[in-house]
Amino acid sequence: MSNPIIVGISDLNVTLSPGVLVSYALGSCVGICLYDSTTRIAGLSHIMLPSITGFKKDANIMKFADTATVELVRRMENLGAKRSRMVAKIAGGAQMFSQQGISDAAQIGNRNISATKEVLRSLNIKLVAEDTGLNYGRTVEFFAETGLLRVKSISYGTKEI
Amino acid sequence: MRGENFDTLSDLQIDVLREIGNIGAGNAATALSTMLSQRVDMGVPKVRIIDIKEIAAVLGGPENLVVGILVTIHKDVEGMMMFILEKQFAHLIINLLMGRDLTNFDSFEEMDLSALKEIGNIMVSSYVNAIASLTSQEIDISVPDIAIDMAGAILSVPAIEFGSIGDRVLLIEEEFSGGSDHVASYLMLIPKVDSLHKILEILGVKYE
Repeated sequence: MSNPIIVGISDLNVTLSPGVLVSYALGSCVGICLYDSTTRIAGLSHIMLPSITGFKKDANIMKFADTATVELVRRMENLGAKRSRMVAKIAGGAQMFSQQGISDAAQIGNRNISATKEVLRSLNIKLVAEDTGLNYGRTVEFFAETGLLRVKSISYGTKEI
Repeated sequence: MRGENFDTLSDLQIDVLREIGNIGAGNAATALSTMLSQRVDMGVPKVRIIDIKEIAAVLGGPENLVVGILVTIHKDVEGMMMFILEKQFAHLIINLLMGRDLTNFDSFEEMDLSALKEIGNIMVSSYVNAIASLTSQEIDISVPDIAIDMAGAILSVPAIEFGSIGDRVLLIEEEFSGGSDHVASYLMLIPKVDSLHKILEILGVKYE
């Protein structure tokens, strides 16, 4: 396995097979993985907020589900991927603290998940797998060779989707 | 020009925040000594303004298991505070408090979690009291909430809460020692922008 490409918070990256993209410890953030199996091009975006609406024009587009996903598709297309062939897998969007339910910021994990699904729908990219919600952190590894997404957590072990 | 967040603070303003950190840490050590019925010494706390993305590295990496205790603050000053302990520290405190063998590292029980929340509450209150008394403001804190998980995942909560404003927070790092043990804890103060301005203006270091 080649060295993984680490995708930090509010960042995104793309790779060709056999590259591996990794995001550590997603909490309420969502890891959006797109894959074109024909060209074996993979992309991973680590978003923290649902939408850029209401933010300054110079805001980091990689921070938001709506703009980051569009940018991720563009970057993959630059490498030769086609949007019509892309499928998506997503993970994260947890609610780390139970009490967060009280405040508005609270439902941010859920809002991140819904915003992500909405932008995928609008781009006609099929969501084929997800490991989202609940109340624990997840590390994701996304393999460009196979399109496999490995999700690791402290309390619930590792699963592959 | 009115600054927007921690990114634009002057050295003088940072010194004032550092002093709040020092007083708060003193209160915290006293409170902890009382609660544990044991002398707890504390080094000079490190107070810094840090990019929220760098905090996970300070805590031993994004996947490192830590205990995070979160409260929201209300009334005259609004925002969020998070107290983070290394898991070893949490075990040490619980073992001392519950009179268990100090080498016990079994997973925390419901009662232990309640105790950790209460300790978080005491620690946060120590700082809130320092801010409140220095600024003569009334500050209420919420019931604490706890999570034990990867540092990065826990930090995503304040990162998101603060992400719409700026990317830097006030981090107070304290090293405690009791007997032969040295353990570290971290406290993050994330006031809303208006509240940060209010604190600094009352303390006479307003933005120019």
